Amino acid sequence: MSELLEPAVAERVLARALANGGRFAEVFAERRHGLSTSIDESRIEAVQSGAEEGAGVRVVDGATTYFAHVDGLDPADLERAAGEAAAAVRGERREPRALEAVAPTPLPIERRPEEVPAERKAALLRELDERARTQGGEIVQFTSSYAEARRQVTVANSEGLLSGDDRTRVRIGAQAVARRGDAVETGAETLGGHRGFELLEDDPGAIAEQAARKALTLLDAGPAPSGSMPVVVGGGFGGVLFHEMTGHGLEADHIQKGASVYVGKLGEPVAQPLLNAYDDGRLPGEWGSDAIDDEGAPTQKTQVIEEGRLSAYLYDRLTAERDGVAPTGNGRRESFRHLPIPRMTNTYIAPGEATPEAMIAELERGFYAVSFAGGQVDPATGDFVFGVSEGYLIEAGRVTRPCRGATLIGNCLEALMAIDAVGDDFFMKTGICGKGGQKAPVGTGQGHVRVGAMTVGGTEV
Amino acid sequence: MSAIAGRGVEAALAAGAGEAEAFASRDSGREVRVHGGEVESLTAATQGGVGIRAWIGDRVGYAYGTDLSEGGVGAIAARAAEAAAIADEDAAATPPAPAAIEALPGLSDPSVAAWTTARAAELALSVERTALAAERRVVGVEQVVYADSAERVAIASSAGVAGEYESSDCFAYLQALAEGDEGRETGLGFGLARGPEDLDPEAIGREGASRAIAMIGASKPASRSCPVLLDQTVAASFAGLIGGALGANAVQRGRSPFAERLGEEVASGALVLHDDGRDPAGSASAPFDGEGVPRRRTALIEGGRLRAFLHDTYTANREGVESTGNAVRTGYRSQPRVATSNLIVGSGTASFEELLAAAGDGVFVTDVAGLHSGVNPVTGVFSVGASGRAIRAGELAEPLREFTIAGDLVAMLGSVRAAGAEPRWVPFGGSVRTPPVLIGAMAVSGS
Repeated sequence: MSELLEPAVAERVLARALANGGRFAEVFAERRHGLSTSIDESRIEAVQSGAEEGAGVRVVDGATTYFAHVDGLDPADLERAAGEAAAAVRGERREPRALEAVAPTPLPIERRPEEVPAERKAALLRELDERARTQGGEIVQFTSSYAEARRQVTVANSEGLLSGDDRTRVRIGAQAVARRGDAVETGAETLGGHRGFELLEDDPGAIAEQAARKALTLLDAGPAPSGSMPVVVGGGFGGVLFHEMTGHGLEADHIQKGASVYVGKLGEPVAQPLLNAYDDGRLPGEWGSDAIDDEGAPTQKTQVIEEGRLSAYLYDRLTAERDGVAPTGNGRRESFRHLPIPRMTNTYIAPGEATPEAMIAELERGFYAVSFAGGQVDPATGDFVFGVSEGYLIEAGRVTRPCRGATLIGNCLEALMAIDAVGDDFFMKTGICGKGGQKAPVGTGQGHVRVGAMTVGGTEV
Repeated sequence: MSAIAGRGVEAALAAGAGEAEAFASRDSGREVRVHGGEVESLTAATQGGVGIRAWIGDRVGYAYGTDLSEGGVGAIAARAAEAAAIADEDAAATPPAPAAIEALPGLSDPSVAAWTTARAAELALSVERTALAAERRVVGVEQVVYADSAERVAIASSAGVAGEYESSDCFAYLQALAEGDEGRETGLGFGLARGPEDLDPEAIGREGASRAIAMIGASKPASRSCPVLLDQTVAASFAGLIGGALGANAVQRGRSPFAERLGEEVASGALVLHDDGRDPAGSASAPFDGEGVPRRRTALIEGGRLRAFLHDTYTANREGVESTGNAVRTGYRSQPRVATSNLIVGSGTASFEELLAAAGDGVFVTDVAGLHSGVNPVTGVFSVGASGRAIRAGELAEPLREFTIAGDLVAMLGSVRAAGAEPRWVPFGGSVRTPPVLIGAMAVSGS
């Protein structure tokens, strides 16, 4: 990590940042490399290779954060950025503490993707293409993408912290289009992790098959029902429901601005006692994991709901300071061009005792949302919406027919309280979360979960 | 900038490319965030980089980076050539031929450079003050954001493409919080311009406040099919979805509901849609697109018929037509791909009151959520979360929330009954200028 930022340079930058005062200064340096490509119409295309480096310097004075960032890691540019960040601060010069380096162990990478020949990556995409197209002649289009990225980061601050991380992520995605007459349907699946090429050693082609199967299944779909009914949500990416519904409302910046329905609810029951949920930035190999957050705080496992009661908020450095608590390792930023904000890492509902079969069998009529295209919440009002990418009607205790174009909508306080069964079939999936104009890799997970009543918005009215 | 682009082209040719193109940009920007009468953060940024496309035979590869030293640009060029070697051959992947570029004045506003950061912060603070003073039920403002940037862009290619321009942009928005009996409501207010001189902080603050207050006491509407009036922000989001589906890349690959429908009737006569890459008021305007092809205006839907798709050089080559100048980049980090520039929804003659009267009994939608997950871009089928107001007997009535509107994009175009007379530039769905739009019937799903 000293490769990115020599301690002596970091100390000079921090001293410059506090030249006009301020209670805290930090420099965050980053080098990122990436390669991505895709296959479309059975042709490898969009091959793209990126390399960027740069640094962001911030000074905190009173309630205000001053931030400047530059491309490149030339020490003179970094000092200039520090000067720019400090320009509007008015006070007495402060001296940063001497840096003490800590060396957290990055997540292990067995097979560095940049050392795998490019032909192997192209061959992988061809394999996925072949797998999807052999699912049936009704698969008329298939695209698949491969992306690898390495982010080396070093963070130093005026309280003497000097730390770093080396993060490698690999992700593949598959999207299939099926056609029968005028009916056109799509199916998508992804696989990703904070891991190297070893992620793809098992059976990466399975996602192509799953995407194709979803699209083919939906060819038989009818319109989605409308109205309020019980909803069984699938495992894995079904956890995006909890991520949106509750996770965002627990991020301390929303709480401190009064822009969350969870303000003042610590210790209060917000769900049935059967519900336990966590944010865990240390899950081995998971997409949302890192050794440290982007402020140098070690990532951790935080229980956010304990037997139905709200037990913690998620903090970055500044929000933790404001509440007089320890940071929870949730200070994340998209890149050196962004300020850290409280963000989820891997958020999940812990496994329960129910089985998916029993949850469905108990319902006279309901909706089965196997997976989502994504979702969105307004943390201040708690209103949320989710697009269902694979959904079925439940009638007389059985899954009867697939439905197209369904959306789930509701308010998170009511919907979370209405979860009346949590499944034992737990697994994690990957997502890209957007907040305040910044993207972050996040993990979502759960077993099947049943919500007693939710509004399904379909075209059948 | 042109010199860097030129160096990138030479370096790529030296690295073994048969043809090469380099796109260089440098921008400086700042952002002010304000909360509770205080400046929460001030950001100052400079960034610059180059993106290089290298063609080797019929293969093309792309690389970008921030190291603009001679060695750095050489390394980026070498990676572009390596990337090309991985790609499969594609006869349509050729560099664009040079064309005369007409200058486009008015893209850069001197007030961006002239305004001090303190003055920009004062603008953001006055947005917040206006919102808080608008009404006692406005209890807070989540955040006011002001941001501006000035950018210089250059492109060069071995085929002889050469161009450079400057542009500036700024915007401010807030999320106001209003307190009702049943909890908090949020309301977005925004404004955008080439420079801060042209922003109206009070109008922005008032819009956020009035949108939040209007939602107090909202309930779910009854599920039914009824007329739906889209306000400009919502109409813009839908226009953006339609514009995306009119990109030739999606069309040629059978991933658009408009595939194979060129020349056919796809909309009611009340809906006119253009793409205009040269309207100086549009934030996406530029003299040339992301691969140096001159920007232009393209009629997409007129007289109810689908008149054209949007093309870049690659998609145009596949059909033997001309590029419409719609190769879009989101900076040097992205390769050019087909996308809308500024979408212009044609205005009609109906005032807002006349639109309400024409709707009679229906729903006025002022916000939609979940567009990225609730719309299938391949089929055009959508179901998205919405909030707004009821329309009863031709007048605005109680606020509505937690409902969905659903349908499919082509059917929705066919059901457009009227476009209003008052257009507005909206930064949702890309850069869109649209009036409110009345849809004859849509599925509304609530209680």
